[in-house]
Amino acid sequence: MADDSRREFDTEGVKKRFMFVNRRAPYGSIYALEILEMVLISAAFEQHAAIVFIDDGVFQIKKGQDTEALGMKNFSPTYRVIEMEKHDADEDEDIDMVWRIIVERESMEARGLDADDLIVGVEVMAAQDLSALMAEQDVVLGG
Amino acid sequence: MMLHTVNKSPFERNALESCLRLAASGCAVLLIEDGVIAALAGTSQSDTIGGRMGDFKFYVLGPDIDARGLADKPLIDGVKVVDYGGFVDLVAEHDAVNAWL
Repeated sequence: MADDSRREFDTEGVKKRFMFVNRRAPYGSIYALEILEMVLISAAFEQHAAIVFIDDGVFQIKKGQDTEALGMKNFSPTYRVIEMEKHDADEDEDIDMVWRIIVERESMEARGLDADDLIVGVEVMAAQDLSALMAEQDVVLGG
Repeated sequence: MMLHTVNKSPFERNALESCLRLAASGCAVLLIEDGVIAALAGTSQSDTIGGRMGDFKFYVLGPDIDARGLADKPLIDGVKVVDYGGFVDLVAEHDAVNAWL
């Protein structure tokens, strides 16, 4: 019997379009952090990723988060790192990985926010256009 | 085509509302767990899917209706009840599944 625990993942040539749909505010539940982990894992495997913020998920990338009194880690700066990695991937033609950071316009505006309130540069997209993009994905993971 | 599943009551969460805003027209929407509440006729939330019957194919998981004692309540016209086997068929028939949690 082969020892499956030692089997390596052969991901050579496997390239999928992932969409991560963040729908919850940070710190009140574990959803936001779990999705962030999935985003980072997809990067390790050089997969395409559309990182989307809708509903209260928009608050995950609000500038000026200060969690010191909560005793919880402020994970919003990680999205700055993701933004930098995205730039590297965009510039380096050896990296076949397209990342997009997208905020739904309706969700953002309903919460009194605009793109300047956000910690990273985003594509602001209307629900109708986001709907079309979602339909093109191979894998959609949300929460 | 994508299969969307929704497992939250429309009275408690906006998962269904967001699903119906962003799912592409023609997709299948399967209501499971507390999501089955959205399939009931005669509630203040019935229009949420009742008004979108032309845009999506709606399914509801029968065992989750039964478990909640709701089998004696009428469902919105056009919502199809499936069992676990039907759930599996829907997953197999679609390219991807999007779980609205």
